Amino acid sequence: MSCDDNVDCGRRRLLVATAAAGGVAGVAAAVPFVASMLPSERAKAAGAPVEVDISKLAPGQMMTVEWRGKPVWIINRTKEMLDGLAKIADQLADPKSDKTMQPDYAKNDTRSIKPEILVAVGICTHLGCSPTDKFKTGAESGIDPNWPGGFICPCHGSTFDLAGRVYKSKPAPDNLEIPPHMYLGDAKLIIGEDKKA
Amino acid sequence: MSKVNALLQGTLDWVDARFPLTANWKAHLSEYYAPKNFNFWYFFGSLAILVLVIQIVTGIFLTMHFKPDASLNASGVPVAFASVEYIMRDVSWGWLIRYMHSTGASAFFIVVYLHMFRGLIYGSYRKPRELIWLFGIGIFLCLMGEAFFGYLLPWGQMSFWGAQVIVNLFSAIPVIGPDLSIWLRGDYVVGDATLNRFFAFHVIAMPLVLVGLVAAHIIALHEVGSNNPDGVEIKKKKDANGVPLDGIPFHPYYTVKDIVGVIVFLMVFSVIVFFMPEGGGYFLEYNNFDPADPLKTPPHIAPVWYFTPYYSLLRAVTYPLLGIDAKFWGVVAMGAGVVVFAFLPWLDRSPVKSIRYRGSLTKTLLAIWIVGFFILGFLGTKDPAYKFFGSIPGAPVAQVLSVYYFLFFLTMPIWSSLDRCQPEPDRVTMK
Repeated sequence: MSCDDNVDCGRRRLLVATAAAGGVAGVAAAVPFVASMLPSERAKAAGAPVEVDISKLAPGQMMTVEWRGKPVWIINRTKEMLDGLAKIADQLADPKSDKTMQPDYAKNDTRSIKPEILVAVGICTHLGCSPTDKFKTGAESGIDPNWPGGFICPCHGSTFDLAGRVYKSKPAPDNLEIPPHMYLGDAKLIIGEDKKA
Repeated sequence: MSKVNALLQGTLDWVDARFPLTANWKAHLSEYYAPKNFNFWYFFGSLAILVLVIQIVTGIFLTMHFKPDASLNASGVPVAFASVEYIMRDVSWGWLIRYMHSTGASAFFIVVYLHMFRGLIYGSYRKPRELIWLFGIGIFLCLMGEAFFGYLLPWGQMSFWGAQVIVNLFSAIPVIGPDLSIWLRGDYVVGDATLNRFFAFHVIAMPLVLVGLVAAHIIALHEVGSNNPDGVEIKKKKDANGVPLDGIPFHPYYTVKDIVGVIVFLMVFSVIVFFMPEGGGYFLEYNNFDPADPLKTPPHIAPVWYFTPYYSLLRAVTYPLLGIDAKFWGVVAMGAGVVVFAFLPWLDRSPVKSIRYRGSLTKTLLAIWIVGFFILGFLGTKDPAYKFFGSIPGAPVAQVLSVYYFLFFLTMPIWSSLDRCQPEPDRVTMK
């Protein structure tokens, strides 16, 4: 800014200061509008834990419950299903689940508290579709003659095993999430809470 | 009669003294000189305005009955989904208004794609029309946003899962991504908050921006003047009154020509609205006749046809780079696939504008690109494991075509200046 005879530098400075103050006020005024789009207090308070009775879930069967608007799968795995988990470790992207997509008590070979019962959020870690269960093995599955049973995402073809672990070279980067959960009795499960009562 | 004429003239004078009515009429219609050699490709600008009007008018009437509410009604159906069924079954002529709106969405993209193709072959984005082109790209982006937000409103299965996938695209952005997608949804999952805000964007925010951009597009056009199939500037040769020798007044010459286009367009539009509103599952996807179910993704999901070429670009990227997931780079490819058009005015170094005077190199590369764009679009409607004729896998084809898609633009400064062009004529030809 050059100050020659025609420019009143005092007024120019005042002008710049006014414009700057106005700009700051404008940005500050945008804050409430931007913040209003965040999840509301009601949305944050929702997502109460869900109680599930799994006494009727036979081995080899799966049930879906809704928790925080998401599908949560509960699968009662048979012995063959569990035995198959170890055999495919070399085809998985993260067989030991080292990226923490589960609570500590589910960071084991079966990704579960009780070996046979898997509780997992049925949302693909790629773009959020819900994978389809493909429990039939081999060529009958229509996926691969060596398919050991698991899940396939209809959107972009990511595949997961029966512990929700993602196969290598698929669009999904991570294993399926295991939600916090605990048992209230032998056949009573609570999803969304894991504090020891 | 002369008394009536005098009264009318007096009224016009009264208005003109207060508002530049006659001046604007002249500047934009009766004394806006457009090149006299416009051909078939010049119908689509005015048709795009027609479709915009159809969408706004039908949209206003649809909002009178639609309810953006994801909660379940007494029969266990989401209120939004039920209100669309109500429009279709119980509102007088509601089916017609909704089919006009849903067909209008696809018609908008068909017309705009043809309008952009015209710009591409005749070099309409070249100097001095760069800003017209950039406003146009803004309109195109706005239109994509408008279509995306509108698609969630019927709250069907495709609405829900389509929005789920697209909003999750943002979560691929490193660091801020996950919070950004929660902010966009207004909840941890696509839900009532998402439906409500998409409704606000669809009926207020986007249309306002869209109309503003259309105005800027036309003001910029009328400032520099229209290009033409020969790509020569008609303003270089003017008569004694300063009127371009090859220009004719937009009104009545092109208003009359455009009415012919409008009639043909409305004939085709009516056939679709009345006899095939679903467009074979491309205009209205069959899965969307089921209400949204957050627990179950339909077995096959694909975007509506006008997004599929970019969707193919997204899926084509399967390698992680620089320690960031392939998912993020897919999103980058999809965004770049749209935004790259904005750089055309500076990528094209050809000495001539129109395809008529460009060499075989340009024609060949452009033809391959157009075919590739169609194949990418086709593959985007199929599932990732699709095979041509049951044997040629589609995924690698999409990857090769995606590379070509970008190479075409990135190497344009080289091949467009190498191409052997013919000299442009001094004045427009009437071929």
